[in-house]
Amino acid sequence: MVNLNQFKSLIFVLLWAPLIVKAELVVEVTQGLSEPTPVAVVPFKWTGQGALPEDVAQIVDQDLSRSGLFTTLPRSAMLSLPSERSQVFFRDWRMTKSDFLVVGKIEPISATRVSLRYELYDVLKEENIMIQPLESDINQLRDAAHFIADQIYQALTGNRGAFSTRIVYVTAEQLTSQTSRYRLEMADWDGNRPRVILESREPIMSPSWSADGKKIAYVSFETGRPSIYVQYLATGKRERIQSFSGLNGAPAWSPDGNKLALVLSKDGNAEIYVLDVTSGQLQRVTNHYGIDTEPSWAPDGESLFFTSDRGGSPQIYRLFLATRQMTRVTYEGNYNARASMTPDGRFLALIHRSGGSGNRFSVAVLDLKTDRLDILTETGLEESPTIAPNASVVLYATQEGNQGVLSAVSLDGQVRFRMPNTRGDVRAPAWSPYLY
Amino acid sequence: MRAIAMTRVAALAAAVALVAGCSSTSTTTDGGADGAATNNAATAQGADGSNVTAGSFAEVAKLRTVFYFDFDQAVVKQEGFSDLEAHAKYLSNNPGATVRLEGHADERGTREYNIALGEQRANAVARLLMVNGAGSNQIETISYGEEKPAMLGHTEAEWALNRRVELSYTSR
Repeated sequence: MVNLNQFKSLIFVLLWAPLIVKAELVVEVTQGLSEPTPVAVVPFKWTGQGALPEDVAQIVDQDLSRSGLFTTLPRSAMLSLPSERSQVFFRDWRMTKSDFLVVGKIEPISATRVSLRYELYDVLKEENIMIQPLESDINQLRDAAHFIADQIYQALTGNRGAFSTRIVYVTAEQLTSQTSRYRLEMADWDGNRPRVILESREPIMSPSWSADGKKIAYVSFETGRPSIYVQYLATGKRERIQSFSGLNGAPAWSPDGNKLALVLSKDGNAEIYVLDVTSGQLQRVTNHYGIDTEPSWAPDGESLFFTSDRGGSPQIYRLFLATRQMTRVTYEGNYNARASMTPDGRFLALIHRSGGSGNRFSVAVLDLKTDRLDILTETGLEESPTIAPNASVVLYATQEGNQGVLSAVSLDGQVRFRMPNTRGDVRAPAWSPYLY
Repeated sequence: MRAIAMTRVAALAAAVALVAGCSSTSTTTDGGADGAATNNAATAQGADGSNVTAGSFAEVAKLRTVFYFDFDQAVVKQEGFSDLEAHAKYLSNNPGATVRLEGHADERGTREYNIALGEQRANAVARLLMVNGAGSNQIETISYGEEKPAMLGHTEAEWALNRRVELSYTSR
């Protein structure tokens, strides 16, 4: 049912780890499903010496509850603590109104490696749904826990879990009245294990993941002017790929990883170009004196969505690259920008100015089948929407008080969480693709 | 003064045409630029309401250096015209002088759109300087979009002050 090699390939990410940051984002669910599925995740039994560096069951528990789709049973309410089938009394779990039960065991293999085995049960049917053994380095137990949560999520919802994915984002801290510190950071989806990819006294913008999850493209002003850089996550090696006069911005990797859409103004004003990464060939694909920016690839790589004010106000357009056929996509309201498409090609997440000329800039979702536009957020200064690879939520940046924070909302508006941070502003989130 | 006023009108007309997206250089533009360039002793209305000549840097230093814009607009407001003309005349009279124009946007809307908007604003100011006699090699533009607000805060008062182009002399 599950390929163990998938988990092994998770280990690749971030052997290069220059700086661990102390400040950390935390997921706080502010709204979950009205009838979430109750699950009990029992602490995994550890048969080795000393304490493990991570509480695997707790991480699984947090992943499931933070998805907004599940409620989890507090450990204090558990009537027993089984670690395998022979110790499970289903009556105990029916009494606590748990529909599903997760138990597990961790055993030492060597000083640095452990084997894990977890089991998922349907309490009402008294049936086993899944039993899976896996191995992990002791210092990668958090990865193992996210992997287990992915499998359980998929078994119970039918949708692939995205707990093993990561986010990148930009933090900004004002140091003095004249100086700020900008950091490009990467963390687990839940804000844990943040690391600094780049630190600068000048702005950093628009991080974008390559489809294989191995590279980040971003804009940095570190030389005093904006340039586009590509950085390899495994080694930290990076290259400056575009540095024309004027704008160099909004990089977006094509789904096949061979091309980078970007915005340059070297020919006079903001236009969209497609760079062939292997040949270095640069092709201009828009030509208008208005602003053309924020290119975003359709999942099949055949068309680009972008923001243009060619019609008098910013709206979303779609350009088919082979035919150069262009269509306007949004009509409702006088400000629609930064669209990105869900992996199934049905919806666009975008920033929409709601209430006519009001000051609310909300995350909205446009159903391309029905042309229905749903406004998902009300705070008002939303930007940078990024869709989780399983389309469970749209993560975005907004303002809370005087702080820039990240928040998320599901496409149906039913699940919401925020990611408060301890200091500085957090902005420009980008959710990784699946990493295994 | 009549000649100067005519020059100003021609220059403004040209600038408006350019801002409106006319990419070809019209004869109006040339006339305006020539008129400005040959009128070295021109004076303009200063930010403080006094007439300043664009001859010395001490006088230029009194001019307005921040120019504000409406939301999602890149049209230079009339209140900035006379000071920009005076800057342009100083640049025209002092070919070694250079300016840097930083375009900015308020925080509303998306970051990449705003950086393009900031560039349009800086370019609009640059065009006004050029039609009034400044050379393109004397002007450097950069956009920071919403990345470097002048004012923190999230009301129209702060936003209005953040939608701006800042002009600074990088060489006198």
